[in-house]
Parts: sequence; structure tokens; C-alpha cells
Amino acid sequence: MVEIQSGIGTAIPPAETEDMELYHPKSWWTKYVFSQDAKIIAIQYSLTAIAIGLVALVLSWLMRLQLAFPGAFTFIDAERYYQFITMHGMIMVIYLLTALFLGGFGNYLIPLMIGARDMVFPYANMLSYWVYLLAVLVLAASFFAPGGPTGAGWTLYPPQAVLSGTPGGQDWGIILMLSSLILFIIGFTMGGLNYVVTVLQARTRGMTLMRMPLTIWGIFTATVMALLAFPALFVAAVMMLFDRVLGTSFFMPALVEMGTLLPHQGGSPLLFQHLFWFFGHPEVYIVALPAFGIVSDLISTHARKNIFGYRMMVWAIVIIGGLSFIVWAHHMYVSGMNPAFGFFFATTTLIIAVPTAIKVYNWVLTLWRGDIHLTLPMLFALAFIVTFVNGGLTGLFLGNVVVDVPLSDTMFVVAHFHMVMGIAPIMVIFGAIYHWYPKITGRMLNETMGQIHFWITFLGAYAIFFPMHYLGLMGVPRRYHEMGETIFNPPSAHMLNIFITVMALVVGAAQIVFLFNLAWSLRKGKPAGGNPWRATTLEWQTPQTPPVHGNWGKELPVVYRWAYDYSVPGAAEDFIPQNQPAPDRLSRGALA
Amino acid sequence: MTETTQTQTSGLLPRPGGLRGVAADWASDQRTFKSVSWGKAMMWIFLLSDTFVFGCFLIAYMTARMSTVVPWPNPSEVFALTIAGHEIPLILIAIMTFVLISSSGTMAMAVNFGYRRDRRKTAALLLVTALFGATFVGMQAFEWTKLITEGVRPWGNPWGAAQFGSSFFMITGFHGTHVTFGVIFLLIIARKVLRGDFDVERRGFFTSRKGNYEIVEILGLYWHFVDLVWVFIFAFFYLW
Repeated sequence: MVEIQSGIGTAIPPAETEDMELYHPKSWWTKYVFSQDAKIIAIQYSLTAIAIGLVALVLSWLMRLQLAFPGAFTFIDAERYYQFITMHGMIMVIYLLTALFLGGFGNYLIPLMIGARDMVFPYANMLSYWVYLLAVLVLAASFFAPGGPTGAGWTLYPPQAVLSGTPGGQDWGIILMLSSLILFIIGFTMGGLNYVVTVLQARTRGMTLMRMPLTIWGIFTATVMALLAFPALFVAAVMMLFDRVLGTSFFMPALVEMGTLLPHQGGSPLLFQHLFWFFGHPEVYIVALPAFGIVSDLISTHARKNIFGYRMMVWAIVIIGGLSFIVWAHHMYVSGMNPAFGFFFATTTLIIAVPTAIKVYNWVLTLWRGDIHLTLPMLFALAFIVTFVNGGLTGLFLGNVVVDVPLSDTMFVVAHFHMVMGIAPIMVIFGAIYHWYPKITGRMLNETMGQIHFWITFLGAYAIFFPMHYLGLMGVPRRYHEMGETIFNPPSAHMLNIFITVMALVVGAAQIVFLFNLAWSLRKGKPAGGNPWRATTLEWQTPQTPPVHGNWGKELPVVYRWAYDYSVPGAAEDFIPQNQPAPDRLSRGALA
Repeated sequence: MTETTQTQTSGLLPRPGGLRGVAADWASDQRTFKSVSWGKAMMWIFLLSDTFVFGCFLIAYMTARMSTVVPWPNPSEVFALTIAGHEIPLILIAIMTFVLISSSGTMAMAVNFGYRRDRRKTAALLLVTALFGATFVGMQAFEWTKLITEGVRPWGNPWGAAQFGSSFFMITGFHGTHVTFGVIFLLIIARKVLRGDFDVERRGFFTSRKGNYEIVEILGLYWHFVDLVWVFIFAFFYLW
């Protein structure tokens, strides 16, 4: 029994508390399938998310083929095209990015990085995954339901989402979509509560909040936001489900469809948009903040230099998280809401640029005069900075009401959000997988395949989305099944579309290299050892690699310093692990 | 065997005073909320999330009520009962509210006796709370039945805006579901208390964690929350 003495003499409960009773699996099933170990759950979450993400990737191929060669693929009619758009967006944003960052990286990294043995409630954590899997299956089932999946666009705007003119509107599509979302939120809540309480209440001795790696800060803040933002989507989904199934009129005004008056009356479609974007905008940062956190750690580790302005980075994450709850209506400038709102929401939106810019400057200043190792994680981290800055700058265009109005519903918007919350976070996901794969499997990913994967993905993604800005400025609309030969749509726009499609096919195919690498390196990869990147954070200091159930062997680690003691002058090595107790005055953490 | 370890933050620096001291306490190692167990912290955060769910439901309902162009049915008349020839407005709702608030009182007493490890009184009070809760749900079922026989449906009603019925069934239904789940868990915990699970630290069937009397308080948090939400529904739906 270890008792902790704090400054004012009150006893803090020892790190190994009564609460931490690990469930020890007794059979193969409870060890690998119905596992309560956060690390196994993380892998289950990640593989499921990647699997459904591949479906969304193929859907994007089909959309691009239709846009470049309209009419060449007869099975892609207008209805199918809308279904592909909808499912691509919904899967990528929620079932891939949210699940992979929070369910995948959150589960794997939180206990390891803060020095806990597991999540605080492993059983609820396990349920979280199985409910998520159910949500994915319900979503996938809509591909096989009569009428196919919903084609309402990923925003599911009423009234069109539940009308017969929209694919799946009067069939099973929209019902399965909304049910799947409700399930996802229930599943996520069980996991999310775990992540938050683990970070708040289960850190090891010496792990103060201001010594946590930024990865944990990002995931933690994003999870808190998700717990507050998903309720709005939950309510919107329930109400729309009632509109569709029970015939209520929450979002449905009086409508005439094909000459017949529908039974709905008096509902407000705008109400749905407010609820949806109260979730939808924080969702952008739910995806972005974990990426911000992870990329900070990747840059610091692979540039062998402490992160620049750690405190500012933490506060920037928290402030971005807070601000993102009061900007939602910048998605609705053209919705017909009171124009005076536009002024308020444009102002708050542009204020977010301040903490975000601080983060970008700090990443660059961390690189400044660093000992940059161009490893695969570092390459992806650099790619993230470039794509994120690009997407962020176009965000300034779209955040201003006057500039946004002509750009609304053009390819410019598509280019913007793919850059900022598609490509940028996915770059971080790839970098993170290359970074932590050695810890998860004990083997390095193959470098050559990784280089091929990186260069094709990075340059290819740029080739896809950069020209899209020009299409948008020309006025090429988004969500159009065929461009048509309109006056504002010159032949060059069509050529650009073909170019983008070819690049999309190439980039998509390059992911096969990545998937093959994941499988191949599992057996044939170079053995990694415990700490191949010579990193400071706790997950690299586990007694075994991969870490076993319970993570830490007999005793929990004790933390003596912050996570960024790289290249400390006078130190023997160019990194000092967080749990190294050297009685030195070199560590910034001791003074922080 | 007890040894004392100085944490890194404690020995090196003098503890700052005022707000900085608060911040330093929160940010110190191991636990942000020092005396709060994992289960209690998790319930509080869940309730915060659930507050947003009910908040969104109520705001959506208020938006519908404010923006409708047809008259909104008068709650005092709709929710009136004729008793002995007198039409008394909101009488059923008043009784329901009284029952639910009373159940909060018995719940608080159950928590108190739980910490005194008084097995029988705790279990009895939990059962009384469950009984109040079930009574509430029963009266709600009566109210639903009455309205349905009078022609109120989710898609319309005889007196005005269609959103009246839809909001009513959705919000009271969602709240009633919360109460029902509460009653189920009250019964489960009452059984565990009565069986002495928390005296012998018997392990949970699913979680295999040791049980203790704190779960009564955690369940109490949930129960008081559900009561508090009812007060808001009462104010915004029935009294407006």
C-alpha cells in the first residue's frame, strides 16, 4: 500500500485504487472477441471503422467516375448518385473518423499514455464497441433494403429527406440511417464516458493535467465535446424518425407533392438545421482536435525537440472546443434564417482562427531548428500541416457571409471541407498508424511500401482537391449528378473533372499498398523493440511490447516530467522518458 | 505496509493560494475530483450529457410552440379532470409532481441509510421510491389513455396545433422511459441491498466488480436528475 503525501498534508488516494479491479479473461472468446481490454477494443473499433471506410472510398470512386464520364456507367443514375454521396459523407465523418479517433486511438492510447491499467469501466467499454458494430451493420443493411440507402445528402435536411422524391425517403433508407445514428450515439456515449472519466480520475502518480501528452488533451476535449454535441443529433434523429414513421410534423411544413396535399403541417425545416449543425459543427472539431493532439506528439518526437508553447497548445485546444459550440449557423447563411444571425456567427467563426493559427505557428516553431527525422510519421505530419493550412485559409472565405453566399453549394465548399476535415485528419491517422503500429504489433511497418503510400496519397490528394477550388470559383455546383452544358461551365472544367477522377482512382488504389503493408508487416516486419522512436511518453515504456493485459506489470509507472523532454542540454540521451526519476533540474516539467 | 511517497508536484513548489490554488488542485496528479469515485464521476458526466438531450427536446418543442400559426391547445383545459362535478385544472399533473418529488425524498433517505449500512431500511426505502416511480408512470399511462380517447394523436388533435400532441407524447414519453429505467434499477439495487451483496462485496454478474453501498448514491443522482427534469417539463409544457 502506497500512500501519497501532497503539499497540504491531505492524503491523495494511492494510484492503485480499489476501483481498479481488472477483469481477467478466462477463455479465448473473452480474451479476443468479447474482450474488456481497451487495447483489444481499440483494434476492434479500428478494423470495423476501416472496413466501413473502404466502402465509402469505393462510393467516392463511383461518384468521381460519374462526374468525369457522365453516361458511361449506366447503373449510376441520379438516384444512385445521391445515395453514394450520402453514404460516403455519413460513413467518412461519423463511422470512420469519429470512431477511429475516439474509439480506436482513444481506447488504445488513453490508458497507456496516462499510466492506467485499463479504462475505468471495461464492461461498458466493451458494450460500446458492440453497439457501434450494430450501428455499422444497420447502416450497411440499408444498401440491401428495398429502395436502397437514403439519398438525402449527409446533412439529411428535411423535408426532402423523408419525401418520396428522395431515394429511400419513403422506403427503408432513411429509417435505417436514423436508427443507425441513434445506435451510434448510444454506443459512443458508453465509450465516451469511459474516456473522460479515465483521463480525469485514473491518472498515475505524477501525471498532472499539464504533463499529459497533447494527444490525450486532444482526445479528451473532443470526447467532452462529443458528449455535449451528439445529444442534438440524437434529438434531431428521433424527431425525424417520428416525422417519417408516426406522421408527426416537427420538421415538415404543409406540402403539396405530385398534386396531393401531404398530411404534414406547421413544422419547421430550419429547426432541424439548427439541431443538426449544433452537432455538426462541433463534430468537425471532434475529428480535428484528436488530430491536432496526435500531430503535436508526432512532430515533437520526430523532430527531437520539445513542443513549442505546450501551455498555449493546451489552451488553444480547450478554447477551440468551447468556441465550436457557438459557430454552428455559419453552415446556414443561405438557409433563410434571420440575416442578423449571420453577423454574430461570422464573428465567432473568425475568432476561432486565432487559437487555430496559434497551433499552426507552434507546430512550425517546433520544427524550427529541430533535428527533423523524415520518418513516415513525420512525413504525414508535415503533409497534415500543409493540407490543414490550405483548408483553414479557404475557411476564412466561407466564414464570411458576403463571400460565402456566392460560394455556397459549389465545389469550393467540397474542396474546403475535404482539405480541412477529410485529408488533414486522415494524414494524421496514417501518421499515427505508422507511429504506433510498432507498439501495437511489435513490428515496424515496411518503409518502402510506406514511402510509396505516402507520396501517392499526399500528392494525389492535393491533385484531387486543389483543382476543385477552381471548379468552385467557376460556379460548378456540388451534388449535381451531371454538370450539363451551361454557359458558366467551360470545357476546361470538364477536363479538370476527368483529371480529378483519375487522381482519385490512383489515390484510392494506393491504399491497397497500405492495407497490404499492415498485413505483411504483422509477420514479416522488422522487430521494433520497446521504443523504436526513442519517445518519452509512457506507452513506449511498458515492460512488454505489445503491452499485455493490465499494461504495466506489477507496479504502475510514476511520472516525473512532462512529455516533451527531447534533446535536453546535458542529458545523456536525446530523450528522457516521463517516468525517469533522475533528480535533475533540467526538466521543464518539474517547474511547470 | 505503508510507505509515503511525495508526488512530484507536492514537494517542490509552495501551494499557491486563491484561484491559482484551485487550478493547481484540479490539475494535480491522479484525480481531478479528489474524493469522487469513478462511478460517481461517470454518472455526473452522463447526466450532463443527458441534460443536453432534454434541453434539445424542450427547445425544439418551444420553437414549435412559438412559431405555430394555429392556436396552441390550452393546457389548463386539456389536462383538467372532472372530479365530483367540478372541473379541476392540472389536478392529475399536480398529484404526479407531488408523487415524484416525494420519491426524491425517500431516495435521499435511502442514500443516508445506505451509508449507515442499514440493510433493511435502505432496501425498504428503495422499494418505496420504486413504488412512487411506478405510480408516476401509471398515472402517466392514465393521462395518455385519457388524451388518446379524446382524439389526441402524434399527428393531430381536435383543438389546434398538431405539434401539441407530437411534443407531448415525445417529451413525456422520453421522460417516462427514464423513470421506468430508474424503477427497474431501483428494484435491482433493492434486491442486492436486501440480499446483503454490499456487505460481503459480492461481485457483479456482468462486470465482476465488487459491489458497495455507493451505488445507492449513484442511482440517487440519476433519480434526482429525472425528478429535476420533470420540474422543467412541468413548467414549460403544462404551466406555459
